[in-house]
Amino acid sequence: MNETPTKREYLLPPKTNVGVIGWLKTNLFSNWHNSLLTFLLVALLAWLLPPLIRWAFIDSLWNSSAEACRNIDGACWSVIPNNLRFIILGFFPEGEEWRPIVAMLLLLGLVIYSKERSRWRKSLGWLWLANIIVMGSLMHGGVFGLSVVETSQWSGLPLTLLLSFFGMIVAYPFGILLALGRRSNMPTIKTMCVTYIEMIRGVPLISMLFMSSIMFPLFLPEGVTIDKVLRALIAIILFTAAYIAEVVRGGLQAMPRGQYEAADSLGLNYSQTMRLIILPQALKIVIPPSVGILLSVFKDTSLVVIIALFDVLKTTMVTLSNPEWGRYSTESYIFLALLYFCFCYAMSSYSRKLEKELDTGY
Amino acid sequence: MKPEASPAAANTHETKVPFWRDSEKRSIVIQIVALIIVTGVSYYLFTNTQANLARQSIATGFGFLEKEASFEIGESLITYSAADSYAKALLVGALNTLKVAFIGIILTTIIGTLIGIARLSSNWLLSKLAATFIEVMQNIPVLLQLFFWYAIFYESFPSPRQALNPIKGVFLCNRGFIFAVPEAHSAHTVMGWLFVLALIVGWFINRWGHKRQNLTGQPFPAGRITVAAAILLPAFAWLAYGAPTAMDMPALRGFNFQGGVTISPEFAALLLGLVLYTSAFVAEIVRAGIQSIGRGQIEAAMAIALKPSKVLQLVILPQALRVIIPPLTSQMLNLTKNSSLAIAIGYADFVAVANTTINQTGQAIEGVALIMVVYLFFSLSTSIFMNWYNKRMALVER
Repeated sequence: MNETPTKREYLLPPKTNVGVIGWLKTNLFSNWHNSLLTFLLVALLAWLLPPLIRWAFIDSLWNSSAEACRNIDGACWSVIPNNLRFIILGFFPEGEEWRPIVAMLLLLGLVIYSKERSRWRKSLGWLWLANIIVMGSLMHGGVFGLSVVETSQWSGLPLTLLLSFFGMIVAYPFGILLALGRRSNMPTIKTMCVTYIEMIRGVPLISMLFMSSIMFPLFLPEGVTIDKVLRALIAIILFTAAYIAEVVRGGLQAMPRGQYEAADSLGLNYSQTMRLIILPQALKIVIPPSVGILLSVFKDTSLVVIIALFDVLKTTMVTLSNPEWGRYSTESYIFLALLYFCFCYAMSSYSRKLEKELDTGY
Repeated sequence: MKPEASPAAANTHETKVPFWRDSEKRSIVIQIVALIIVTGVSYYLFTNTQANLARQSIATGFGFLEKEASFEIGESLITYSAADSYAKALLVGALNTLKVAFIGIILTTIIGTLIGIARLSSNWLLSKLAATFIEVMQNIPVLLQLFFWYAIFYESFPSPRQALNPIKGVFLCNRGFIFAVPEAHSAHTVMGWLFVLALIVGWFINRWGHKRQNLTGQPFPAGRITVAAAILLPAFAWLAYGAPTAMDMPALRGFNFQGGVTISPEFAALLLGLVLYTSAFVAEIVRAGIQSIGRGQIEAAMAIALKPSKVLQLVILPQALRVIIPPLTSQMLNLTKNSSLAIAIGYADFVAVANTTINQTGQAIEGVALIMVVYLFFSLSTSIFMNWYNKRMALVER
């Protein structure tokens, strides 16, 4: 009875349930239709992938002249290194390339710095403000002996980043006000906010961009003109604000009534209640969906192509209108897709991570 | 403008409260101020616009709709020529938008659901492939995808003279995808009506079958009967008319094909881009909806020996649909709105036609207003329909 069990009495798990074989068995061949599916998928991949790999990697040229590309069957990736400067920076003046590059690196650095939640303090806000001023002066010039670069020359990736990040930053407070207005119990304010939000959300961004490019000049008094980039930016801000308002409203609605009642019983007035009690909690909930909005703004800025602004998609298309490189559109678009994918994937996985971290309940 | 309303009722019974501390009066003042500001700004913009229009001598009003459009439209569901009015051109554009949105929504729902289910598959390979598809499609701008597909269709396919001809009557070239259709015959109308009739009768049979099952517990195979009727009735009609098999064959005449039905590369690229992009979002919605069902529900269903297909049909879907429908609605609206990107690849949707109209007449305000009104109409009608459907589904709740 009190005999200690010897090694033999422990039964090892069956070999087919652990290790590589076990993994294969549970994940790929758990039953007959799963096995069939696996075989079909493997066959499909075996049929599709080799020609694709051959096209992209084996028969391809990576850094050659356009003439050399004429004689190959594979991809001509050379279109990218040969036109990279124009695709990324567009019409920014020659010799000043360091300015948009430094500005983009600053933005990227600050975004990466802001990722840690422990750094979300008031000082971070000031840092952002300082950074925006520095980036603006780098791009526009006219100070510290930098030559002035008109906004019509801002193009490529800096323009895409400017429209999306700056649009988002300016639209956010506007969106919060709209959300508060929609939740207000003053009928006039509420009606105006609801009308604005629903109208904007009902129309495509492209119609807002048309409005900005065709109608804004008509709105202004005689002699006043408004910059083309700024017009597009205003359209993006007006459009994004409506979507932010809906996201923020979700956060406001998630606040339990008790929070409002507690604030009332402390004798706080409306702005104090919102500033000190409701918004800090509501905005915390809506951070992940807000990153989602930034993501879609970033993707949507590509629409400015249609009103002839030279964002990174348009500069690529200009490259393709060059007869020398015109036939390598697939390669160029794949490069651009990779570029967008890197930015967007980083944002979406960050949003998912935040969602998990912030899901603490309250 | 910060709305300043305190929900707390004003304390009126003691000393007289100054009006800026009385929340009711204060809210009235704030609303009036807000109204004045909005009206003032609108009036300012309006007068500026009036002055600018007068200076540039641009006509106002919708009178231009009656005038001759004098531009051709590549594809149209109704007969249209350059001699028709702007109103008709815009109608053609609106119908083209509806066409791509309608087909797109149906395909997106099907493909998105399939991929969402594949994402949850116990097969590792399938689930990872679905995940890759979702990530790639979601993270690339839809406009870039449209350009990509359009470039593929337009540049990789041969010219009409060297068109690919995989099977008889089907041609692939850079003018589109051309295939033969049965030649018009009186039998087709009858077959169409019989099909619709079968569906309507099937709906009633289904209702009756449900009622009978609720009363007696005996199931009635209404679904199978409906499917059989919908296939067999038109087939009998076709035989009764002597089985007409004449086909409208496409043939190369000059530089292009005549006859058959053509799917233009613009339409195909737009549809493919929109469907793939949106179905990635739909897949995520479907996955989230299915995952929201408690594990216990599925285990309980399996414990009472339901087949896997019945578990899906009777337990998972009715509950998951309630979670799925609201976000699905907004994805369908997104698809409809994104179809306005057609202008970038030259498909004549409503925005493209309106843009041409604006360029020709110079009447930007009316043009943009028309675009907004039409899309608001599409959006509102879709959301009304989906809200109705959502309510119907929600009634199942116990």
